[in-house]
Amino acid sequence: MLRYTLKRLLSLIISLAIASLVIFTVIEVAPGDPASFMLGINAAEDTLAALRAELGLDQPKWQRYLAWVGGMLQGDFGTSYQYRTPVSEMIADRLWVSLPLALYALTLSTLIAFPAGIYAASRRGKASDVGVMGATQIGVAIPNFWFAMILVLIFAINLRWFSAGGFAGWDKGFFAAMKSLTLPAIALALPQAAILARVMRSSLLDVLDEDFMRTARAKGLSRGAALRRHGLRNAMIPVLTILGLQFSFLLAGGIIIEQVFYLPGLGRLIFQSISARDLIVVESVTMLLVFAVITVNFLVDLAYAAVDPRLRARA
Amino acid sequence: MNRTLILGGILSALMVIAALLSFVWTPFDHSAMNIPEKLQTPNSKHWFGTDHFGRDLFSMIMVGARTSIAVACVAVGIGIGLGVPLGLWAAARQGGWVDEVIMRGNDLIFAFPSLVIAILITAIFGAGAINAIVAIGIFNIPVFARVTRGGALPLWAREFILAARVAGKGAARISIEHILPNIANLLIVQATIQFSLGILAEAALSYVGLGAQPPTPSWGRMLADAQTLVSIAPHMALVPGFAIILTVLGLNLLGDGLRDALDPKLRVARV
Repeated sequence: MLRYTLKRLLSLIISLAIASLVIFTVIEVAPGDPASFMLGINAAEDTLAALRAELGLDQPKWQRYLAWVGGMLQGDFGTSYQYRTPVSEMIADRLWVSLPLALYALTLSTLIAFPAGIYAASRRGKASDVGVMGATQIGVAIPNFWFAMILVLIFAINLRWFSAGGFAGWDKGFFAAMKSLTLPAIALALPQAAILARVMRSSLLDVLDEDFMRTARAKGLSRGAALRRHGLRNAMIPVLTILGLQFSFLLAGGIIIEQVFYLPGLGRLIFQSISARDLIVVESVTMLLVFAVITVNFLVDLAYAAVDPRLRARA
Repeated sequence: MNRTLILGGILSALMVIAALLSFVWTPFDHSAMNIPEKLQTPNSKHWFGTDHFGRDLFSMIMVGARTSIAVACVAVGIGIGLGVPLGLWAAARQGGWVDEVIMRGNDLIFAFPSLVIAILITAIFGAGAINAIVAIGIFNIPVFARVTRGGALPLWAREFILAARVAGKGAARISIEHILPNIANLLIVQATIQFSLGILAEAALSYVGLGAQPPTPSWGRMLADAQTLVSIAPHMALVPGFAIILTVLGLNLLGDGLRDALDPKLRVARV
């Protein structure tokens, strides 16, 4: 287990290093000088030079790369060109919207997908299985931002149960804040639930064909008990992998949903920073998202290597 | 006969026909404004209704299908054009450093949140169909590389490949002449899935204003137009939404149906 962990940890570090290089390079070759963007086209050359020096843009590229990476390792994500505030503070504020939204959506998606997938697998080939699978086919095809608009139309405009957008803020209380995240979370969760239900069903069907399931039935367990005690646990491995991938997708995929609902999350921060050429913010937020994705997948890998010794041997 | 395949085929064909037909005929000029007839709900003259400029939604959907198909086609083309050779190469050098580098590179691309990077690329290098295609296409490369390698690896252990090697054929020739034809069905199925994902991605990018730019019509931008008007003209959101859903659904069903039809071993459809 230690050997496997170290090996995966090494590849995690290499991935992060390469990812940071790629992001830095993409931002570097981006057209548009932040200094001239901030001062306008009539700025004098010496003012521009002074601002570039202040922002550290006059230093060699490799030096700036090292300063950026070194800073992030110590929790310093740089200073916003536009607002002159630490990027880490801006991220922390927005994370309190994006992270709860992703977790909320993940919870909803799991609550819908697990029962649906298990139900379909236990009714394999019957009309109810075909019905559930047909519904997931449609769920997969629905763009989440369109679904969000329809939810707003029905529940905010017609029924007036929710507000059409905006975030109440955590200082208004837990329920008020969660209420303003509810429609966005549903919009994000439903297409993901459709995918998850399909994975759950197919993974369970694979397990149901195994010999140990027949043994479990033979020793007298009912269908339901065999499914719960032996089937589900073994079917969870592919499901966990997809859950890990979905978490990162929800964190990043919230970007467009945040646009629909005017939520002040990381997605809106990226959009606003791109249009203001506040590239240090774009750079750091992107790196943070990539870091989250790589780390979550790393943890999922470790989690099921701990659960299933066969995976350790194969790796 | 396979009902999934037929339904998927019909839905996909409808979209292609609408796109092709739009080159020679649409009920109205898709860009012609007609303010007196604005915001009409579907009726006998304007089959899908009109938007806030009085433009005919049916015509816009037809022309918009062109944008979706073009973007998804080229993005899938990038994925196949680069991913398949890389996957074949990795499989031919299984366990070697080439294999290792290619597969780790794939993992790295997978680790990037694709939507964030697509937004980054289009936002930094300018919004537009070309940049959207590149942004979507990049993420198709590892998908095809993985599918190709996964399909090719078991083949390399088979007798007919050994026979080809004994006959003196090199790895490159074997890959093209013997491996590729045997994994073609895998690639076709994956292509339909990536095609549908490409259409969804294009719609999302256009929706946030980073995809096809005006005057090129696109389903995603029609939805963006509809957003502020959704309370007074819901049909403006419903029509492009249903166009996207039916197309993606059709392509997914087509992929499932093809998989079952092409590979009898998989006839017990699972996912």
